[in-house]
Amino acid sequence: MAIDFHKYANPTRFLRLASAVFPWVTGAAVLLLVTGLYMGLFVAPEDYQQGETVRIMFVHVPAAWMGMSVYTMMAVSAAAGLIWKHPVADLSAKAAAPIGACFTLLALVTGALWGQPMWGTYWVWDARLTSMLILLFLYLGYMALWGSFDDHSKAARAAAILVLVGAINIPVIKFSVDWWNTLHQPASVATLDGPKIHGSILTPLLVMGAAYMMLFLSVFIIRVKAEIMDRRLQIMKISQLQE
Amino acid sequence: MSLTATDLTCIRGDRLVFDKAALSLSAGQALWVKGKNGAGKTSLLRVVAGLLKPARGSVCWNGIDIREDPDAYQGHCHYIGHQDALKPVLTARENLTFWSTYAGVSRVAEALEIFELSRIADMPAGILSAGQKKRTNLARLVASPAPLWILDEPISSLDTHYIRLFADCLAAHLKDGGMALFATHQDLQVDGVGYLDLNGGGTRE
Amino acid sequence: MMAGFLGLVRRELLLAFRQGSALTLTLAFFVIAVTLFPLGVGPELNILQRIGPGVLWVGALLSCLLTLDRMFQADFEDGSLDLLMIGRVPVELVVLAKVVSHWLTSILPLILITPLLAVSLNMPFDGIVAMEFALLLGSPALSLIGSVGAGLTVGLRRGGVLLSLMVLPLYIPVLIFGVAAVEAAIAVLPMASHLSLLAAMSLGALVVCPVAAAAALRLAVD
Repeated sequence: MAIDFHKYANPTRFLRLASAVFPWVTGAAVLLLVTGLYMGLFVAPEDYQQGETVRIMFVHVPAAWMGMSVYTMMAVSAAAGLIWKHPVADLSAKAAAPIGACFTLLALVTGALWGQPMWGTYWVWDARLTSMLILLFLYLGYMALWGSFDDHSKAARAAAILVLVGAINIPVIKFSVDWWNTLHQPASVATLDGPKIHGSILTPLLVMGAAYMMLFLSVFIIRVKAEIMDRRLQIMKISQLQE
Repeated sequence: MSLTATDLTCIRGDRLVFDKAALSLSAGQALWVKGKNGAGKTSLLRVVAGLLKPARGSVCWNGIDIREDPDAYQGHCHYIGHQDALKPVLTARENLTFWSTYAGVSRVAEALEIFELSRIADMPAGILSAGQKKRTNLARLVASPAPLWILDEPISSLDTHYIRLFADCLAAHLKDGGMALFATHQDLQVDGVGYLDLNGGGTRE
Repeated sequence: MMAGFLGLVRRELLLAFRQGSALTLTLAFFVIAVTLFPLGVGPELNILQRIGPGVLWVGALLSCLLTLDRMFQADFEDGSLDLLMIGRVPVELVVLAKVVSHWLTSILPLILITPLLAVSLNMPFDGIVAMEFALLLGSPALSLIGSVGAGLTVGLRRGGVLLSLMVLPLYIPVLIFGVAAVEAAIAVLPMASHLSLLAAMSLGALVVCPVAAAAALRLAVD
């Protein structure tokens, strides 16, 4: 089984890099999360209209950012996987999907919780919430497609095609949902961004964004490592059976 | 016209099917692919047909890699697989007509004649016997000529009469300067056929 | 090449004609699904008029999904797909032929029967005309986007369910503007922009989807 060894040996460099970076990323994630949450929950001023509930924003908004960025990152790595056939690119799209889906779900749940005091109901067909919901569907479709293939490399390529088609579609979906929303919603409904953001709110928001990014990287590294180990295990098992 | 394949390695899932297979064919030559069950005969034929992507190595048609320029190769080979590619609700003739117009040349009547299908040509393919289906599928080879035949078990479910008939057909194809790559369990007894052994025995022209 | 393309479309139509049931079943599903709405929300004419365009569009999307999973599946199962992939016709054109046949056999009948259902949902004449135009311009995108999903799920277990999960979110823009065009027409507002957007989506899908579906099919036979 000396064949194609370079294909699976390739991730070694990634693994070495990942192991070196991992403690720093995890440390940064914890530090930033604590700082961001403290700033958001205790330091930032409460909103004159929404009171304390505005603090949900510090959990909600960065989660929505991450939901969208992770999908973009998946599209980029899917393209890289298709073009350069780099195995880590395939794995990283797979590893990122559930994390992105979790962020999206977090954004949806916090959005609903925020909606209750703001709008008097948990779910409003607000353009952003609706877009996030559709994004969650895209994540679910992607993960379901991965799960349906037995052959790993086939699954990677099929999922890559899906994520790219989805990525091309996302701006169209976003545009149409925004447009649909302005058609159907009375303009008086407050949107989540509200008035211009003051610095005392913006800083914790950005800190939380950075914290989520680090958290993502940390979990991402664990997942990619696990995927690579799993692949190696499979190969070892099969070559053992062949002998 | 020539077909060459070098250093072909095929991996299915995580299993190595075959390693470093090589073959070359030029006008009038045929290769009989031998090997035990699971030796990768079907995989090899599918790689050469351009259906499977080899993990390593390349298949070249007239010196050009078929993966790099598929257009130059498309339409130059006939592939007969395990399945018959027949639509049960269409008649044998309709099935054959479709595939041959799809390939560009249509000599359906002649093909039906050669494979002794004229009598059943207007019956729906769904009610034909396995052997009759196989012959209808084989008739594609004649209905729209192509220089390279890739045949996976072409004579399964044929009786001795039709095996002979098919072997003659293959011999005529080779005489006309055609090429063939086939996997069968029994010897077709056609002159000038080399073999390729996937059990590690190498090739002999 | 063109002969091969047309031959493939011809075969698909012939198959649909001989196997008739698929066509009538889709149509029956569409009619029943739409009929359920008045039963579900009540027979008040103004409510029906309000939800009519949406109901018809959602019904059309779901009916379209019913036949999508067969787009390549039958050819995959009987080995035809292998031959289509290595034939003279480029795979992208094979996909296009399949899309054209799917549209003609599964969607065109829905478009033809829509006026009848629209009348039952109390839709005014202008709305019906707009509905027809919107369907004609937008529905090619449904077949095209569907071909990618069909290509990706060919040969998979539970392919049909997976297909719906993957394809339906991508249908949302067509749904939104399709309904908007009809609502605009009913409110006597200009609807040209909506129709243009629907046409743009179909054209955009025409560029992207055959390529993506062809890549998916290459994967399926691999």
